[in-house]
Amino acid sequence: MEITALTALELGKKIKAGEVTVEEAVKAQLEKIKERDSVHNCYVTVMEEEALKRAKEVQKQIDAGELDDSPLAGVPVAIKDNICTKGVLTTCSSKILNNFKPPYDATVIEKLEAAGAVIIGKVNMDEFAMGSTTETSYFGPTKNPWNTERVPGGSSGGAAAAVAAEEAWYALGSDTGGSIRQPSSFCGVTGLKPTYGSVSRYGLIAYASSLDQIGPIARNVSDCAAVFEAIAGYDAKDSTSVKMEDYHFTEALVDDVKGLRIGIPKGYLGEGLDPEVKEAVLAAAKTLEEKGAIVEMFDMDMVDYAIPAYYVIASAEASSNLSRFDGVKYGYRTPDFEDLQDVYKKTRDEGFGMEVKRRMMIGAFVLSSGYYDAYYIKALQVKALIKKGFDEAFAKYDIILGPTAPTTALKMGENLSDPLKMYLGDIYTVSVNLAGLPGISLPCGIDSDGLPIGVQMIGQAFSEKTLIRAAYSLEQTRSYERPACVKGEN
Amino acid sequence: MAITDETIEYVAALAKLDLTDEEKERAKKDLGNIIGYVDTMNQLDTTGIEPMSHVFAYHNVFREDVVTNGPDRDNILANAPEEKDGGFKVPRTVE
Amino acid sequence: MREYETVIGLEVHCELATKTKIFCGCTTEFGGEPNTHVCPVCAGMPGTLPVLNKQVVEYALSAGVALNCDITQYCKFDRKNYFYPDLPKAYQISQLYLPICRNGHVDIEVDGVKKSIGIHEIHMEEDAGKLIHDEWEDCTIVDYNRCGVPLIEIVSEPDMCSADEVIAYLEKLRMILQYLGVSDCKMQEGSLRADINLSVREKGSDKLGTRTEMKNMNSFKAIARAIEGEMNRQIELLEEGKSVTQETRRWDDNKCASYAMRSKEDAQDYRYFPDPDLPPVSISDAWLERVKAAQPEMRDAKCARYVKEYSLTEHDAAILTESRKMADIFEAAAAICKKPKEVSNWLIVDTMRLLKVHEMDAADLKFSPEHLAKLIELLDAGTINRPTARDVFEKVFAENVDPEAYVEANGLKIEADDGALKGVIEGIVAANPQSVADYHAGKKKAIGFLVGQTMKAMKGKADPGTVNKLLAEILNQ
Repeated sequence: MEITALTALELGKKIKAGEVTVEEAVKAQLEKIKERDSVHNCYVTVMEEEALKRAKEVQKQIDAGELDDSPLAGVPVAIKDNICTKGVLTTCSSKILNNFKPPYDATVIEKLEAAGAVIIGKVNMDEFAMGSTTETSYFGPTKNPWNTERVPGGSSGGAAAAVAAEEAWYALGSDTGGSIRQPSSFCGVTGLKPTYGSVSRYGLIAYASSLDQIGPIARNVSDCAAVFEAIAGYDAKDSTSVKMEDYHFTEALVDDVKGLRIGIPKGYLGEGLDPEVKEAVLAAAKTLEEKGAIVEMFDMDMVDYAIPAYYVIASAEASSNLSRFDGVKYGYRTPDFEDLQDVYKKTRDEGFGMEVKRRMMIGAFVLSSGYYDAYYIKALQVKALIKKGFDEAFAKYDIILGPTAPTTALKMGENLSDPLKMYLGDIYTVSVNLAGLPGISLPCGIDSDGLPIGVQMIGQAFSEKTLIRAAYSLEQTRSYERPACVKGEN
Repeated sequence: MAITDETIEYVAALAKLDLTDEEKERAKKDLGNIIGYVDTMNQLDTTGIEPMSHVFAYHNVFREDVVTNGPDRDNILANAPEEKDGGFKVPRTVE
Repeated sequence: MREYETVIGLEVHCELATKTKIFCGCTTEFGGEPNTHVCPVCAGMPGTLPVLNKQVVEYALSAGVALNCDITQYCKFDRKNYFYPDLPKAYQISQLYLPICRNGHVDIEVDGVKKSIGIHEIHMEEDAGKLIHDEWEDCTIVDYNRCGVPLIEIVSEPDMCSADEVIAYLEKLRMILQYLGVSDCKMQEGSLRADINLSVREKGSDKLGTRTEMKNMNSFKAIARAIEGEMNRQIELLEEGKSVTQETRRWDDNKCASYAMRSKEDAQDYRYFPDPDLPPVSISDAWLERVKAAQPEMRDAKCARYVKEYSLTEHDAAILTESRKMADIFEAAAAICKKPKEVSNWLIVDTMRLLKVHEMDAADLKFSPEHLAKLIELLDAGTINRPTARDVFEKVFAENVDPEAYVEANGLKIEADDGALKGVIEGIVAANPQSVADYHAGKKKAIGFLVGQTMKAMKGKADPGTVNKLLAEILNQ
């Protein structure tokens, strides 16, 4: 088997056993990227030189026994391009940062490198993480490896596609309203959005500060658990960072759901849900029931209000977070200006894409005097009710289960003309961010178009171990499906 | 809700965006749809609900008053579009 | 002409005396080459996050308690959004909805009349950077050294009605904040800034006139001039039947006039919302008690104690306690040499004089109480005479020299040998027969001339009192 088809943990074991060197792994990956990425366009920056150099350093450390406790030592990783990597282009797939090289590493990068990771490149995304298809990227859309006329999802589309296309063993993405889970679902891979505050946001270029989290995308639950273990932790540089009691997430990789109480919100299975997706998700639930879980439908209110609340809050925070991109201190500056106002307005007009501009205007609107109470405060009240709804549900259930997205991968080029329609696709994912809860998406089937279907499991805050156990157990009943573009090579 | 030309002018000015007429028209339509949709929140009775800024009840996250940073000007200016005399250069600001 | 009254409110920004900035570990030291006290956080770089300096909260609480405020025991930070190059994040982290202190007051006295000035609120916020206008090229240079320095903004009620009241308020505020050690309040260094909100109305009216905001006054005197100028400008407008425009005006002290600032291009809608990156601050009763217990002795209490403990007059105690620094020097020096009256005199007379001459603030006094005590001891022991002591004191004041070492190094000790002194006196007497004759003829004042000549001959190293005595003895022989 090609080493690029291994899981991250499998590769890590082979490297420790001396069967593969870190340099060999990096070279194998670079080759696949060269072969496939001109079609898929997952990567914004491939760090060939840096990765080869670092491979040698990490190999030395491994040989000296310094990374014995790190199962991911020597395994290359792809990083979503909104996570700061020191001295390396970090663009958020936007023209306004197309030349930005941060002078610092995000905390998650420091942690991964301490665990022996080798960063192989920065991957594509929707501009500033605003989107669900990766079509708003300044560097062109990423194609879904399962069918290049389809989107990979977004905003971590480059990350999910790279993992699916075996152009990366695993990746770090970010999730504000579903941006790890939905592309994982569209690309047939596994993605975890952890509890808010469990992973440091220092160095993540902010979209919506109260909703953003960094998380792993990989080809199975075990890899996700191992990556999460490496990147989670309290960070004094992030005031919203939380110290968890127990970081041994890989201990939860146990195939056992006996007695696990699983709730499926009836409101998730209504109109708008693709029948094949519904069938596959219910089949997954049935599998868990057969393994001893207790599965039940229940009423969870607030489903309909999550999207408006999300878009108000996210746009409001984004409009403020993105104001710093003004052509003064870093990034793009318009070449054609006469005065300061020109610098601001032209830089931002030329530097941002339409979706970003749209959300900044919505954000300015809902925060403006006269509308603040009716929209922003109202949305924060709805958020409180959504959290309350989940708290009540988790008094009865350990896991809430449902589809990750109402459809499988959408067709490319059809989505940007009706933003509202696109927003409605986030229905299953946004409420999880609003309540700060952990959510995982993993594949549970293929539809009649040959496209992957994802099932989402949601846990109570800080209950990643339960989530991992449930997801792992389900995963054992299905085999990992690979897209055609990687198959013909065994 | 009806989004007027004035509203678009206003929010575009707040966001410092120089929109073309075409962009303004499109924004008017899009914002109209989106804000109209967002208005559905009004159907929910939220009387007496405390608006929730932070999802967990943490408070009092502090650091000690100790200097931990030294001069780092080269890094700070490394990405500056234009610099002069150790500072960021911009067109003359008017008071 | 109708009679008018003026309504004035102040927004005072005060830089806190913390070692580091409010949200990052950069130094707050004044000065420094541009952008050398800056890190990615205070430069607003993407992906960076604020972490609150606890000392800022402590100082804000201390100020609130001293200014008789209600403490908002659950308070938050809000973002104030606007674009300007001195604001790197394009928002300032401040407090709008839940400021840390509210409803306080400060008591002032003008021309014997006591008045209480209300304080609407005090809130914490971060300072912006500095814009340096380049003279050669038509551009502006931005320096973020000051960006992130912690401020408290003290907003008064519109309770003042004259320049005198405003100055009294500012002086009281400054004294209180300096006493607390919370800020050094130096207007010339920008650690104290005041914006004036002023309107006029006909006497007796209960409706408020349209107010203007004035900025850019760099001293208390400039503030007084700005108030007079604006008051008159507004009254003139109204007398001419015109109306006052609500606007922000910039005071130009050189021209003694104000100018309307060009209105910022877009609407000033700051779109305040709670900062999601900062958890709220919760001040427990226990914390508040600790702050209250740790408050230093304030001026009035100290003044009363000095009168009692050191038997000083109220007048002298008042001068000594006007500045915490001077009061501290007084107590420490008095404790060493046990001569409070002497210490008091050196401070009230000589120190105050030198402060005026050098246009310095008492808060900047450099000399140590140990050195003052030593000087007093030298004088008392007769090692040096009073004129010499005054000269040495100037050195102590300017450079904090050790007076004992200085006297030794410069040979300033009084000639201790009376015999040698007698010899010199006899020489002077012999050389000035006319003065001697005058003295004997009854002009007792002639001895003064002889004393002077003796002092000259001794190059100051004699005690005038001793010279007088010996001269008299010799003359009367």
